[in-house]
Amino acid sequence: MTWFAGVDVGSLSADAVLLDQDGQIRAWAVLPTGNNSQKAGAAALHRVLDQAGITEDRLTRVISTGYSRARVEQAGGTKTEIACHAKGAWHEFPDAGTIIDIGGQDSKAIRVGPAGRVLNFAMNDKCAAGTGRFLEVMAQALDIPLDRMGDLAVESTEDLTISSICTVFAESEVVGLISQGKRPGDIARAVARSIARRTVGLAGRVGLDERVVMTGGVAKNRAVVQAISDTIGHPISVPKEPQIIGALGAALFARETESGG
Amino acid sequence: MTRFKALSRMKEIMTDYYVEAKTTREKPVAWVTSGAPVEFLFAMDVIPIYPENYAAMCAANHQSLELMEAAEAAGFSQDICAYARTDFGADITQGGPVGGLPAPRFLLCSTNICKTVIKWYEVVARKYDVPLFIVDTPFLHHGLTRELIDYTVTQMKHLEAFLAETLGRPFDRERFLEVLQLSNQASTYWMKMLELGRKIPSPFNSLDTFIHLGPIVTLRGTRTCVDYYKLLYEEVAERAARNIPSVPGEKYRLLWDNLPVWFKMRRLGEFFEERKTTLVTTTYANSWGNYAHIYQDGSGDIYEPIAAAYLNVYINYGFEDRIRYLASLIEEFSLTGFVMHSNRSCKPYSVGMYRMQEELTRLTGKPGVVIEADQNDPRAYSDAQVETRLEALIESMEAVS
Repeated sequence: MTWFAGVDVGSLSADAVLLDQDGQIRAWAVLPTGNNSQKAGAAALHRVLDQAGITEDRLTRVISTGYSRARVEQAGGTKTEIACHAKGAWHEFPDAGTIIDIGGQDSKAIRVGPAGRVLNFAMNDKCAAGTGRFLEVMAQALDIPLDRMGDLAVESTEDLTISSICTVFAESEVVGLISQGKRPGDIARAVARSIARRTVGLAGRVGLDERVVMTGGVAKNRAVVQAISDTIGHPISVPKEPQIIGALGAALFARETESGG
Repeated sequence: MTRFKALSRMKEIMTDYYVEAKTTREKPVAWVTSGAPVEFLFAMDVIPIYPENYAAMCAANHQSLELMEAAEAAGFSQDICAYARTDFGADITQGGPVGGLPAPRFLLCSTNICKTVIKWYEVVARKYDVPLFIVDTPFLHHGLTRELIDYTVTQMKHLEAFLAETLGRPFDRERFLEVLQLSNQASTYWMKMLELGRKIPSPFNSLDTFIHLGPIVTLRGTRTCVDYYKLLYEEVAERAARNIPSVPGEKYRLLWDNLPVWFKMRRLGEFFEERKTTLVTTTYANSWGNYAHIYQDGSGDIYEPIAAAYLNVYINYGFEDRIRYLASLIEEFSLTGFVMHSNRSCKPYSVGMYRMQEELTRLTGKPGVVIEADQNDPRAYSDAQVETRLEALIESMEAVS
């Protein structure tokens, strides 16, 4: 049996995916990056190896991606997260046309062609608005756990608006709404809609296809997914584990390179 | 980056230029914008000083940040051009590689490179209490027109009168014609050198051309400048003839739009080289090829070609013309993609870029990327963000055949 792995070390999480020779996912892991991206990447990789009960020397090839892709010592090559998300999303949804990935510190829209090839892409500028970090800051301001935010927001009944694009100013708006006695769920939905507006604007730059797939950690937030669907006007697809799609893409590249594909 | 033998000569020329400007007792010094019609000044033996060039030098020497902070502490907003802030800071602290610029006798500014540059020069005029002459070059929404030429020619005639009055001697017409020819010749060598980038693999890298811009910017109109670009052209032509590439194993060829990121030249140079990518042509370096037709032999009006050259500046013309020009470069230089530097400092160069990127890809079929950066302000730059975008572009290009 030959094995392939992809490691995606981003600003918030380090993810790994282990594939067998048939391209089946045999293990995956998501760990916090913390302050040492090199260690985090290695830890994510070892986590999947442990899950599958194999040792590192059994790996035929490892590809790394994400902001710290160059710091993953076990990797035999690197790919950008743009190429990896396109590849991973295409693997999960072969008819994907536009991919929206919202990660920890950037958001991107990717237009894909056959076999998950990148046709065009757009990324947020230096500003963190509309990213996972933005959501984290807002969850902190609301004093609710990040993973509860989506559930609270979908129960919202009142339409509120966060108009600032800047994370710092948006946080002040959230604090202002709290002081007006607005409910956390309603504010959380306003935050989700603010992310959605910004994301759909970004996706417009590469063109929105009928089949939109959303990847990255923020795709786990039901309210953001709902708000993006509402803004686009039709449902979007989300893989079962959206956070590992970058690592999955990297693993698929590892397997492809090996088989000469 | 490519190590040209001519580089040592250029360093000498630039040192001599700044030393003369700083020490002269006889020659008047004028501060001018990069798109000012400098030929009029050389005709009157004035030393032109380019605050923009100095600001770039400060950034390349990693001194721009401290100078900008000095300017910001004096009240200049972080939202204004980083060249302006660097120069204000250099003036306040007498800092930078040559310890501040020599005081100007007068100022000459043209709006062809930026409409807000007037405000920068007004600040300087107030501080030094010196006259400011503005050559107003309107934006070319739909190309050059008779009215625009006439309007600009009129101002050039006023400039002659201004110089005669300010310097207290008549405008030297005979010397002016010589200067125009020298400008024409230097610019012609510069363009001939840049055209050598058509060769696959390219004998030079555009990052080299950014370094070698110094004399064509500051000394255009002098014999020294002509001699230097003849030397450089011959060296590059010889490399081209002997098939010596700038980037060994060149696979990808890019256009760079907008100013360089002066404080990241080395890192970007290494980044592209590791990825077998050559920057082959740039709208920025090409701008100084504009003066290759500034002098026309024969009996025609001498002012009209000058007016045309100073109006017909890339960032002074409309988007449709810019897109057409970029598409022609992609075609003629066999490029595999393009990079657009959305420059926080330079709005006239950056506005409309995302739309232009789309249109350019549609026209040429080549991928492009917009990176968010700044010519001089390291605080507006992130290595990881820029390099991820550039790497994604490289992943999506097809190598040269």
